[in-house]
Amino acid sequence: MIRRDKPKKVLILGSGALQIGQAGEFDYSGSQAIKALKEDGVTSVLVNPNIATIQTSEGFADKVYFIPITFESVVRVIEKEKPDSIFLQFGGQTALNVGVELFKKGILDKFNIKVLGTPIEAIIDTEDRSLFSEKCTAIGLKVANGHTAKNVQEAVSVAKEIGYPVMVRIAYALGGLGSGIVDNKTELIDKAEKAFKFADQILIEESLAGWKEVEFEIVRDKFDNCITICSMENIDPMGIHTGDSIVIAPVQTLTAKENFKLRSIGIKLIRHIGIIGECNIQYALNPNSDDYRIIEVNARLSRSSALASKATGYPLAFIATKLALGYALNEIENDITQQTSACFEPALDYVALKFPRWDLQKFQQVSTRLGSEMKSVGEVMSLGRSFEEVLQKSIRMLDVGLNGFVGNPAYPGQYDDLEKELSEPTDKRNFAIAAALQNNYSIDRIHHLTKITKWFLYKMKNIVDNEKKIKSKPLGKIDKELMTEAKQNGFSDKQIGILTNTDHIVVRNYRKELGVVPVVKQIDTLAAEYPAQTNYLYLTYHGIENDIELAQKNQIAVLGSGPYRIGSSVEFDWCCVTAVNSINRSGKKSIMINCNPETVSTDYDICDKLYFEELTLERVLDIFDKEKPEGVIVSTGGQVPNNLAMKLHNEGINILGTSPIQIDNAESRHKFSQILDKIGVDQPEWEEVTTLKAAKNFSNKVGFPVLIRPSYVLSGAAMSIVLSEDELDLYLKKATELNTEHPVVISKFITDAKEIEVDAVANNGELFCYAIAEHVENAGVHSGDATIVLPPQRTYLETMRRVKLITKQIAKELEISGPFNMQFIAKDNDVKVIECNLRASRSFPFVSKTLKINFIDIATRLMLGEKVAKIDKSSFDLDYVGVKASQFSFTRLKGSDPVTGVEMSSTGEVACLGDDFNEAFLKSMLSTGKRIPRKAVLLSTGTLKNKAELLDDLVILKQMGLKFYGTKGTADYYKLNDLDMEILYRPFDNKEPDVLSYLDDGKIDLVINIPKSSEKLELDRHYIIRRKAVDMNIPLFTNVQATKRFIKSLKQYKSEDLKIKSWDEYE
Amino acid sequence: MTEKSKAKLILEDSTEFSGYSFGFRGNVNGEVVFNTGMVGYPETLSDPSYRGQILVCTYPLIGNYGVPPKEKEYGLLKFYESDKIHCRGLVVANYSDEYSHWSAERSLGEWLKEEKIPAITGIDTRALTRKLREKGTMPGKIIIEENKTINFEDPNKLNLVEEVSTNETIEYSAGKKKIILVDCGTKNNIIRAFLGRDITVIRVPYNYDYLNINADGVLISNGPGDPKINEQTIINAQKVMEKNIPVLGICLGSQILALAAGADTYKLKYGHRGLNQPCNEMGTKRSYITSQNHGYAVHSDSLPLDWREWFINDNDGTNEGLLHISKPFFAAQFHPEASPGPDDTEFIFDMFIRAIG
Repeated sequence: MIRRDKPKKVLILGSGALQIGQAGEFDYSGSQAIKALKEDGVTSVLVNPNIATIQTSEGFADKVYFIPITFESVVRVIEKEKPDSIFLQFGGQTALNVGVELFKKGILDKFNIKVLGTPIEAIIDTEDRSLFSEKCTAIGLKVANGHTAKNVQEAVSVAKEIGYPVMVRIAYALGGLGSGIVDNKTELIDKAEKAFKFADQILIEESLAGWKEVEFEIVRDKFDNCITICSMENIDPMGIHTGDSIVIAPVQTLTAKENFKLRSIGIKLIRHIGIIGECNIQYALNPNSDDYRIIEVNARLSRSSALASKATGYPLAFIATKLALGYALNEIENDITQQTSACFEPALDYVALKFPRWDLQKFQQVSTRLGSEMKSVGEVMSLGRSFEEVLQKSIRMLDVGLNGFVGNPAYPGQYDDLEKELSEPTDKRNFAIAAALQNNYSIDRIHHLTKITKWFLYKMKNIVDNEKKIKSKPLGKIDKELMTEAKQNGFSDKQIGILTNTDHIVVRNYRKELGVVPVVKQIDTLAAEYPAQTNYLYLTYHGIENDIELAQKNQIAVLGSGPYRIGSSVEFDWCCVTAVNSINRSGKKSIMINCNPETVSTDYDICDKLYFEELTLERVLDIFDKEKPEGVIVSTGGQVPNNLAMKLHNEGINILGTSPIQIDNAESRHKFSQILDKIGVDQPEWEEVTTLKAAKNFSNKVGFPVLIRPSYVLSGAAMSIVLSEDELDLYLKKATELNTEHPVVISKFITDAKEIEVDAVANNGELFCYAIAEHVENAGVHSGDATIVLPPQRTYLETMRRVKLITKQIAKELEISGPFNMQFIAKDNDVKVIECNLRASRSFPFVSKTLKINFIDIATRLMLGEKVAKIDKSSFDLDYVGVKASQFSFTRLKGSDPVTGVEMSSTGEVACLGDDFNEAFLKSMLSTGKRIPRKAVLLSTGTLKNKAELLDDLVILKQMGLKFYGTKGTADYYKLNDLDMEILYRPFDNKEPDVLSYLDDGKIDLVINIPKSSEKLELDRHYIIRRKAVDMNIPLFTNVQATKRFIKSLKQYKSEDLKIKSWDEYE
Repeated sequence: MTEKSKAKLILEDSTEFSGYSFGFRGNVNGEVVFNTGMVGYPETLSDPSYRGQILVCTYPLIGNYGVPPKEKEYGLLKFYESDKIHCRGLVVANYSDEYSHWSAERSLGEWLKEEKIPAITGIDTRALTRKLREKGTMPGKIIIEENKTINFEDPNKLNLVEEVSTNETIEYSAGKKKIILVDCGTKNNIIRAFLGRDITVIRVPYNYDYLNINADGVLISNGPGDPKINEQTIINAQKVMEKNIPVLGICLGSQILALAAGADTYKLKYGHRGLNQPCNEMGTKRSYITSQNHGYAVHSDSLPLDWREWFINDNDGTNEGLLHISKPFFAAQFHPEASPGPDDTEFIFDMFIRAIG
């Protein structure tokens, strides 16, 4: 259909790096938007420094800018590209905030740019708390009773009027940042003070803790057609952020009357506000009456909308784009049936359950308590035909070593204070509920403690009851009926194996003999009312027939990466989607298996068959039993599929690429070490010890510091650098368990060394292509947290030559076919191997896009046996530089120490290109939210050596006109070197002027705080300063090399000097 | 459920589905139809249009929020669409005997037992629905007592409307304006819709000669089965149109009005039963999400002079409403009164009320 008023060139703002509260869901929505624009022949310009996304890949947007999503840089893109329209709803809160700023500062008017979809005024109405309340009350709808406050005093008086406890909310904050319930004035003042550092106003409102939390996804077109796509019920009631709640779609415990009442209210409000496209509305519903409150409207695609899309099969982001272009809902086809209209409300004949994944154990000192601020880093979604089935599936999907709701040896079910575990929710509350049920707590009691609607608890009890039934029997006594019941209740073979003391493969075979196998069902949006062409599939035990034709010829399966977590995120989704695309192009049929609703790999239109399923051995084998694929790719989804390689191989599955035996050789420390010795490649000295004595002996032999990797962690981070024998003593006695069952690996830690990474592809043992990149930070910062530069800037040619040679040797020795990654440590020209992964690494998209050579496409084609033309050597010779930097989410993790170390703690990354190292570096720093300092710097620069190293750079910084503050030692040192600064005292020094109040008052806009060592005591000393910096949103550097580079790039570049060049302009 | 007692659903083509009984322990036959609504089983089960049918819920989890009390309002059960369950049997995938809701009084199973309605859980309702979609709705039977036999029956051959219609005239007074409600199996919410708008409703039996009653408008209600069976109702509709009194038909009422105007109706392969049916208002870009429950439809090609299609189904293009180009006669194939379902089309009641002046 031709539209006269259709835009020609649309600017799309992405969401930048993945962080808590704003994750992969925006890659999904942005990619869909670009697809929809393409279909309509509209030119798209994308601003997104998240290089690992699918939306920034070739074949998506017409122009891609890997630059910061800030007002300043977006204005410059507008000046350059002159778009006629802009999309703000596909880049989360980041894009929305920049969009509102562009509007308020008149940029959109000046350049005559039309905001597509929901008008900006409507966005402001939904984002501004008091405007929003006014909008709702104007049409007689109820919002939580509350008022905005512009300062702490106002906040206190509003709270007094409403009565404690009250909820504190902040306008324009992603993921409920800074929000929370406070019980008294002291707590309120503390929270309000912090909040006003981020925001101009806060909202104080009645606490609705314990009410049901319900969400709807609503779509509206410009002709006023308005429909609800999906309803969702949070199993955790109000009080826990929806991002941290277990959520089920559709709603389960609401009557039709309640359901359609909320639907009508939503539609009424959305029409009143004037949304065009998609939005999310959240309600609180009184559990004892039909009273309700509207909590908020998100006038953009959100995490919930991504979930709703995957839960229903309704492509919300795609449709929202079409509506923004001016289509009517009924002019768009339902892509799933290909015969019905997109103007309908999906009917589900299954349930979808979202379970969040937290990685709180990765952080020192972090609070595990859940509240109104989101803490999870990822999520999974499970599909099935009973609550019990989806709950247990989802817990396995988390990939945190749990087998389901019960049957978890890791959670023995003993709690010091079970009542407290139930009433004060943490990331592990569900297992406390399981324990309570096992200990015969009544449903009423658990309900009283958790406020979770009883229906969910009854269902959980069914699982526990079923567990009891199985537990009393040996496997051979489980008949078909009980086996079916157990499988329908979501029990895995492994759980049944644990309960009956049998190996899971034995259970599997026995079960198959009984004839208890799952069936394949389609997600078809219409509950089978119309025939569906859909390839969107799941497995369930509640069924007697498969919906589709199985086991076609030429099928290749790709295993996805599961939930996003620290260490595995959108990079692997890019790798998987790229592999699937290559399979599709090869003429074979692709099968994708993944369970993460925030991904593009789970878009049903990218592959021939999508199994939204567990990445467990059992489920993957179930699928392979049915589909009998020719081969499976395990090397693009990160560690999850990598860990399955050997097990699948043992079950006779054909793994494409490197042999699983070689994968095992590289994964096993002992075997890999032997191989290195055999081919004469150096590695840091290491030993596996089971006694303290052996640990001391080894450490003294190689000399401290040493790196310790325990196999069982009691508290704190898993890996640690230990500096002295005393510390070793302390660490091995307190932090870990050390015995023959739980050995500890100790290796020599080399100080002041560089880390080098190689991402490569080999074909039958021959190195095919490779990229060498260098860490900005010295060894000691996890490679996932390090800033990485490509090509290397400071590495000796000889070192590079050696690195390449070793890579070649390893490829040959391990007969690698496919992607692999190696990490080296280099000091002088001495090169040692520290890691080797026979799979794609998280830097594959970065190197592929920087070099413009798609390593995964090449690897996939080679694994499929295609002939791939040799790459011209000059392709590796770049005239520009790429820098990848990490995004941290410390702000959201209350109490965590924002310092990087040997354990990874970043949640996302960006990468920018520049004409030189400094330009690319500065762009990437700005893209992770760092800002150029204009006022003053607070220094605390660690050891004498560090202080000396930084001296020259600090002089430069001082010349830029910044005021310097320092802690006592730092100030004294620099004073001797003619660099004056005012002394600020640490809290425990009990002296004025006090560092915290200066940070509080916003007098400081850069904090350089280098810990002397990674020793706990030392970290604790400055913890409070770092924490304050993060809480106050002040840029913080904790690493010498990164600080130096930052200052160097500040010297060379003012922000206006940074070039606004699109990806294709770097040649 | 304390005890699990086995039950079977057998279709006329001899397909069998095994599950467990959770309602009344007895055998039953009927026409097997599926509904895709995800909520609203108390309203749906008490909807008289399901008379004679064995209802299959495509949504698997049923019973979660129990069933509400039998409170009355305007002399009607407040939380139900009639006084009792009308379908003959219920088929679900995953019945929940434990329920939780502040308004619930008891479990769905208890209600079914009291009303002597057999029900079966543990069925692959998706497989069953796919079968009904491919082969069309068909007679079936629920077997719980293996030793007793029961035959298949096609209830569409029965006068189902007679079974569900009121036997006497009932007046619900609310205001000066009055409408006649021709009760072919009306849902309570149609009555509530008018009472809530201050219109008095005179509910009459389906074949009642209401032409002598002085009223401002006539509404022909929803109801079960084949519209053509209701000959007297059709004749009465013809007469009332001759008098130029505003007429609104809902669901079966829409088909009766069409037949009265001279159009034809036919049986759909598997009908429309659900809460998510999109209907486009002809000549506009507006579509509404509607609640539906019908197995028959009006042949749009058969519409006589001066009649137009008002709505069509966005999914399959079938007729969803009619109107006369100059006279106040109109009809919706869907349920503007919702319950359960979206209230997008409630404006039709307001239109009708404007038409009666």
